[in-house]
Amino acid sequence: MTYEYTSSEMMTIAASRMLKNRQVCFVGIGLPSAAANLARLTSTPDIVLIYESGTIGTRPDILPLSIGDGELAETAQMLVSVPEMFRYWLQGGHIDIGFLGAAQIDRFANINTTVIGDYYSPNVRLPGAGGAPEISTSCKEILITLKQTKRSFVKEMSFITSPGHLSGGDSREKAGLVNKGPTAVITDLGILEPDPQTRELVMTHLHEAVTVEQARDNTGWDLKFAKDLKTTPLPSNRELEVLRDLNERTERAQKGAA
Amino acid sequence: MAKLMTLKAAISELVDDGDSVALEGFTHLIPFAAGHEIIRQCKKDLTLIRMTPDLIYDQLIGMGCAKKMIFSWGGNPGVGSLHRFRDAVEHHWPHPLEIEEHAHADMANAYEAGASNLPFATLRAYIGCDLPKYNSTIKEIECPFTGEKLAAVPSIRPDLTVIHAQQADREGNVFLWGITGVQKQAVLAAKKVIVTVEEVVENFEPSANQTVIPGWVIDAVCEVPGGAFPSYAQGYNSRTNAFYQEWDAISRDRETFQRWMEVHVLGTRDFAEFRKSIPLNGKGVAA
Repeated sequence: MTYEYTSSEMMTIAASRMLKNRQVCFVGIGLPSAAANLARLTSTPDIVLIYESGTIGTRPDILPLSIGDGELAETAQMLVSVPEMFRYWLQGGHIDIGFLGAAQIDRFANINTTVIGDYYSPNVRLPGAGGAPEISTSCKEILITLKQTKRSFVKEMSFITSPGHLSGGDSREKAGLVNKGPTAVITDLGILEPDPQTRELVMTHLHEAVTVEQARDNTGWDLKFAKDLKTTPLPSNRELEVLRDLNERTERAQKGAA
Repeated sequence: MAKLMTLKAAISELVDDGDSVALEGFTHLIPFAAGHEIIRQCKKDLTLIRMTPDLIYDQLIGMGCAKKMIFSWGGNPGVGSLHRFRDAVEHHWPHPLEIEEHAHADMANAYEAGASNLPFATLRAYIGCDLPKYNSTIKEIECPFTGEKLAAVPSIRPDLTVIHAQQADREGNVFLWGITGVQKQAVLAAKKVIVTVEEVVENFEPSANQTVIPGWVIDAVCEVPGGAFPSYAQGYNSRTNAFYQEWDAISRDRETFQRWMEVHVLGTRDFAEFRKSIPLNGKGVAA
């Protein structure tokens, strides 16, 4: 029999399945980090995980709270300075996948992590860009994972921090970007992928038991669905076991360190 | 040439009101003790520079030490917002804070340019990103060889850089390891340099290629064991993640924040006393 699971677990598992073995993946903290490490512990043992703090080929036993936790440094194949990370490894073109989270995303997979409202008198001041703008333009391909809500999937975004497909069509190429940009957005409701022509995000998968209405109600724009809308395969018991072990180890370590 | 001195003396001698100050560290080795001492000595009108301003910059901003912040990611890592930073930007409390905002790749390059004694850095950046619309220091230039459009940003040359490291020897040479961030670049880009260390040792023997910063580019070395708390020094202590989580509640409203700062920072003489004022399980519960 299959275990019960939560929508967060489904999201992390679906996101982890997007990675391929031996890829070199630049990992954002939080949801991307959980998914990338689940992939490393299940289907892609030889994936190379890189965090912007300078840790390359890291194999953390627990999920880091910050991008520079000791766990990442101690289990890394090599440590480099932050300028080296951004200049040689990222700008140098050595990264296959950039795996990002987001506060807000629009229909062309542009990301905002800077500010909601007017820049100079914001309603909400978010942390800012960090490494994301150049991750999104220097990695060969971008994956994005975040929860799907009306607050995060917005029609109008006041600020683009990291470019997705800009205003759609060939606007990304026209701006001078040569990489593929975002190829999938994995949420707690399903998976969205850009339409090959318009580059607008289209819901291609819904997770088991999620309805079209639910996805529509949690999206700030008029969401389109693929003609052959699929159901995401259920989490396997192994995926759930490995993810729960990882989360349990992490929680125990956070408490123990305190 | 580095002088071994107390942190109190170093901050008093080397930090002037109005200075541009980079207390650098990328999650690891963050110079919290030095930040506290700047607050205790009521330094004012500082331009704070850092790629990843976290709790110590939140404290400096909330206590009114900063007039401007130059940064690329201002949050509580893995937890959420910096509430004092947000309050300063959103509601101008305790006074307005000017911000100059970049991305990490830009600031890492700008420190490297500063250390290289160059006026600016160039990099492939900001295509499709709105930041250049709000930061006039980010310019576009054309490569004189290929015609490619590139970003250019001024180099960072702080009046003062402060870092925390694991060890110094009696001559003030400094040895750090683990995640070293932009610290070496920030030190070499600065006019004045303070380094706090976990320990002053008689001798250290780093192998070739490890990060050593010679005493002759440093002004002051101060021994402050645990001086990066709640950040960490690999090989000496670990990151107190629980404190970062609790800071969210301590910093959320102005009164709780002020009371906490009065008791734990202004009300203590130095970092050792501050650490004693925090319950020993490491949890920085508000008094």
